[in-house]
Amino acid sequence: MSVSNLWVLAEPARGDVTTTSKELISEARRLGATVTAITWGANDDVARVVGSYGASRLWDLGDLGAILPASVVANTVASLLEGETPDAVLIPASNDGRDIAGRLSARLDTPVLTNVTGLRDGATLESEHPIFGGTHTVLARLRDSAPGLFVVRAKSFSATPDGVDVALRESVTPVTSSRTATIRSSHVEERNGPALEDAKVVVSGGRGLGDASSYALVEELARLLDGAPGASRAIVDAGWVPYSHQVGQTGKTVKPDLYVACGISGATQHMVGMKGAANVIAINKDPDAPIFAISDFGVVGDVQRVLPALIELLKARA
Amino acid sequence: MNVVVCVKQIPDPAATPSLDAEHRLDRSGKLILDEADTYGVEVALRLVEASGDGEVSLVSMGDATDVTGIRSALAMGAMRATVVSDPLLKGADALTTAKVLAAVISRDVPDLVLAATESSDGYTGTLPVQLAELLGLPALTFATSVAVESGDVVVHRQTELGYDEVVAALPAVVTVTAGVVEPRYATFKGIMAAKSRTVEVLSVADLGLDASALVPRQEVVSVELAATKNAGEKYVDDGEGAARIVAFLERIKILAGSAS
Ligand SMILES: Cc1cc2nc3c(=O)[nH]c(=O)nc-3n(C[C@H](O)[C@H](O)[C@H](O)COP(=O)(O)OP(=O)(O)OC[C@H]3O[C@@H](n4cnc5c(N)ncnc54)[C@H](O)[C@@H]3O)c2cc1C
Ligand SMILES: Cc1cc2nc3c(=O)[nH]c(=O)nc-3n(C[C@H](O)[C@H](O)[C@H](O)COP(=O)(O)OP(=O)(O)OC[C@H]3O[C@@H](n4cnc5c(N)ncnc54)[C@H](O)[C@@H]3O)c2cc1C
Repeated sequence: MSVSNLWVLAEPARGDVTTTSKELISEARRLGATVTAITWGANDDVARVVGSYGASRLWDLGDLGAILPASVVANTVASLLEGETPDAVLIPASNDGRDIAGRLSARLDTPVLTNVTGLRDGATLESEHPIFGGTHTVLARLRDSAPGLFVVRAKSFSATPDGVDVALRESVTPVTSSRTATIRSSHVEERNGPALEDAKVVVSGGRGLGDASSYALVEELARLLDGAPGASRAIVDAGWVPYSHQVGQTGKTVKPDLYVACGISGATQHMVGMKGAANVIAINKDPDAPIFAISDFGVVGDVQRVLPALIELLKARA
Repeated sequence: MNVVVCVKQIPDPAATPSLDAEHRLDRSGKLILDEADTYGVEVALRLVEASGDGEVSLVSMGDATDVTGIRSALAMGAMRATVVSDPLLKGADALTTAKVLAAVISRDVPDLVLAATESSDGYTGTLPVQLAELLGLPALTFATSVAVESGDVVVHRQTELGYDEVVAALPAVVTVTAGVVEPRYATFKGIMAAKSRTVEVLSVADLGLDASALVPRQEVVSVELAATKNAGEKYVDDGEGAARIVAFLERIKILAGSAS
């Protein structure tokens, strides 16, 4: 065993920390390390939350105000690293997480390993990276770099709240930065039903739907299955649905019990975000569409016929 | 205003990618301009056009044997390009790449540096922020719209739930997501003009960079074939496709079994 001390960035999310942060804390503890969580802008309950996933210490930077947090968080973590050298800093692969990793990497003059989906404790900490759409896994490590910086994708590990104690909370004074960007306003898109990343069922639509209005079929099917509607990037880029619906490499990673792909070809960048689903159903008119290769159940057919028929059958059962 | 766009030539994503003997992406085939960068070029051209003066220039690191991809960005309207190409940089990690690009850009810091949120081949998504830190600039990432208002840059930044309006003083680094604008097609005139525009090719020594600071520090231990799942059942829809899906949903207990 080589790792003994791991730091995890616990990214705040509406009074809690993100699920990916909890997954990373759980995994750090599973690797047998003493775990320190670092957070900002969170509420008082966070010491209990991160403690329950296995962190013994919480460094809390407090409220940073309406700014993009990366430069201040990276400055502060860099100064904390002057006092102590953990084996690695684990960072959730979110927008802010990626920005913090980039800043910290340049500050410390250490490369970052990104798109990590697994960690192995070898001679040093080694990271797994899916490449070529997940057909191969690269095992990588950093040479002469302590701490290692790892940006880890959502749902790479399970979040298990079996730690029992409250993490010891210490307030840390943030190290300010002259490189900040200010958030003027936030715009939230209304969504009903379960959140895409937590839903047990995800029904996604792609370019094969033909037009934006047909996305209503996807939403209706998702609603009937108590699921969340998702999308390929093709129809996000086309402006049919907002980015918050996107599944894949540059969108959300989902791991539902059931994923239904409607008119989606199955590009590697899409599959990276959904191939962890327990069951996949694909509806596509092209019998050779790559999505069928990872589907448990495929229907070669027209979404404009299959989806309305399926919706009718489900409504009749309700 | 002057805008520098980071653009990268990559192996054609339509071709099957492979790794070389040292586990690095095989870049020996034909390289093309990363489509993700065409959005940055378009955004830059619009900002410069709106400001009424200044120009768009390009920086790139990579093999410069064939710069057709860079020329295609010049054909869209960028005025010049600098490519850092050096055998020392083979296998560079993102931080090393950022150091090299920072050395080029800091020779003459523009009002704005644009890049894509992530490249299509390496997609670490960290390079632009590493660059911002090295240049001492704010970074506004995941932008779906970019505007300049009296010395400030204002962007809409994608969030998990929607978007934030974010502002910072210029100069700054901004990363744009794909699909934010429709990149223009190069006109015949543009293609002809691009032929005479300068593509400056520099080595690490030309930039006065210390080669020992550029040694890659990430190491690939091994490459394994990932476990793959076998394709399951597949039916051609004969009008019964929906009913078959319902039966499958019952089998996997997403739906309670019907009474019959
Ligand atoms: C750096 C990078 C990052 C990316 N990140 C992502 C990402 O996060 N998520 C993502 O999804 N993509 C991502 N992409 C894009 C990805 O490569 C594909 O372009 C995209 O997933 C294609 O979307 P699609 O399957 O909807 O469209 P297409 O590939 O056009 O597929 C449409 C499918 O619909 C089928 N079809 C057509 N008509 C019908 C019909 N009437 N009935 C049934 N089927 C029909 C067709 O047979 C086809 O298979 C990324 C690309 C790059 C370069
Ligand atoms: C499969 C794979 C995995 C990799 N994983 C890692 C990793 O975990 N950590 C790591 O440090 N490196 C990694 N690399 C190497 C990395 O891709 C290269 O260092 C690359 O030069 C810069 O990273 P990027 O393209 O991933 O940058 P990104 O941060 O994804 O690029 C964002 C944008 O920055 C600009 N940009 C990026 N590179 C250049 C360039 N050479 N010239 C001009 N503009 C550019 C472009 O606008 C680009 O769209 C990986 C490479 C591959 C092929």
